Amino acid sequence: MKKQLVELAHARSGDKGDKADLSLFAPDQETYALLAREVTAERVRAHFAGIMTGEVERFEVPNVLALKFVLHGALNGGASRSLRSDALGKSLSSALLRMEIEV
Amino acid sequence: MKSVRIAGGLGFYGDSWRPIKASIERGNVQYVASDHLAELTLAILQKDRQRDPNLGYTRDLVPMLAELLPIAIPRGVKFVLNAGGLNPMAAREMLLGALKKFGLKLKVGVVLGDSVQERLDELQAAGVSLAHMDTGEDISTVRDRLVFASAYLGARPLVEALDAGADIVLTGRVADAALFLAPMVHELGWRWDEWDKLAQGIVVGHLLECSGQAVGGNFGGDWRSMPDLAHIGYPIAEVWEDGDAVISKAPGTGGRVNFDTLREQLLYEVHDPRHYMTPDVVVDMTTLRMEEFGPDQVRVTGATGRPAPDMLKIVAGYEDGVMGQAMIGYAWPDALAKARAAAQIIQQQMVEIGLKSEETVIEYLGYNSIHGPLADPAHIDDLNEVYLRIAVRCADKKEAAKLGRLFPPLALSGPPFIGGAGGMMEPRGLLGIWLTLAPRALIEEYVRVSVEAT
Repeated sequence: MKKQLVELAHARSGDKGDKADLSLFAPDQETYALLAREVTAERVRAHFAGIMTGEVERFEVPNVLALKFVLHGALNGGASRSLRSDALGKSLSSALLRMEIEV
Repeated sequence: MKSVRIAGGLGFYGDSWRPIKASIERGNVQYVASDHLAELTLAILQKDRQRDPNLGYTRDLVPMLAELLPIAIPRGVKFVLNAGGLNPMAAREMLLGALKKFGLKLKVGVVLGDSVQERLDELQAAGVSLAHMDTGEDISTVRDRLVFASAYLGARPLVEALDAGADIVLTGRVADAALFLAPMVHELGWRWDEWDKLAQGIVVGHLLECSGQAVGGNFGGDWRSMPDLAHIGYPIAEVWEDGDAVISKAPGTGGRVNFDTLREQLLYEVHDPRHYMTPDVVVDMTTLRMEEFGPDQVRVTGATGRPAPDMLKIVAGYEDGVMGQAMIGYAWPDALAKARAAAQIIQQQMVEIGLKSEETVIEYLGYNSIHGPLADPAHIDDLNEVYLRIAVRCADKKEAAKLGRLFPPLALSGPPFIGGAGGMMEPRGLLGIWLTLAPRALIEEYVRVSVEAT
């Protein structure tokens, strides 16, 4: 069965240069394990393919039940250079929550 | 065991300082550490300084202190702020003048030496490549367009200023969390090689450096459950000699401090949480624990640190064209179809008038301006309203301004039922950000601290 991440987790995003820095937070240990298994860097890369030019790095932060994703080349060159409305990528967090995974 | 209580100040230039009042009046704090500089801010300050060489600091400094000092001074509260921006000396001049006018007797410390714009040739001669730290690109591609270059300094010079008796410390670019680490080192006597304590200090600083974001602001979880955001309480930290910390906020303020709100801020913009690089220590956040032990009370312990890096990060800005943009709104029925038709008209006309644009972005506000290709197309035929926004990257202001002038005629000669002004927005200079590294010795030899009394 497929579920959207918005039903399972919450997220926040920020910017550093031309990189979007995303965090995904699980409400409990079980969901964290599910996210750690299903929300891979490759899948995140595919999800954001339309807006990023580089690679995705993934980091695990089990002590706060979170995953981190750094998206390279995701901000149209960086906030102060970007033509986009969401120049800072602050809503990429919610865009990540649209992703579907198998539960 | 000795402890120090520090209030989080602003998170960026333009943030509100009103919530700091509650922290001072009811939070029993000894310091306010305030971050006025986002990556972007130096771009704004650089424009100020271009107009007037006596500017370049953030102009919220005096208005903010004018409101806070009357309640801070009787309580002995001190301030550490990076409001100095590109011109900490001028900021101090101006602040001392204002303090004298109000008859206040204070010591203002200034930390100088973060700006390296004048020293780039010297750095390269010393073997520093200045290549972009993410792309490896050579700096020669942007060198003649640079408008500022500053290194992120650590907490040491700020501690020096506090040790010399400064009541207010003004800096340019420093690592944001260093603004908070400095009062901790000064009060608690930490050594510069006590890596785990420094790591705790940096974690605390990082939790406090984005104002409302630690307290339920910009909260990706159950945001509706955050009470009274109009009166959000900025975070307060109490830190003990052994490095343990408690995060809270002033009583009677809005928002919440809990595991959820803090973990969102903990990981915010840190890249790799196991190697959070700062000038004073490399932090591992994966060893720490955060436990709620009361309403709006969270204990933070166990962050670990590794030795400070040999290199300091430099952020430089370079001119990268001018953005022209314009917007126009369309109403139901067929709002999106009309907006698309208008976009087609504008695009054809852009070609015909010879508008030279290196890049063009077309967005439909109300549909896809924020999520772009990930926006859900489910109800696009039925939207109540859609705003077309077009943005272009051009070589100069004159070229960029051509776009806006194409929009007003749409009112009489384009698709029907416009609402929302056929907006001609001011062209805006675009700034690229160049990130690079340099050996800290080459930067720190130029760092100066000076403290002056009114």
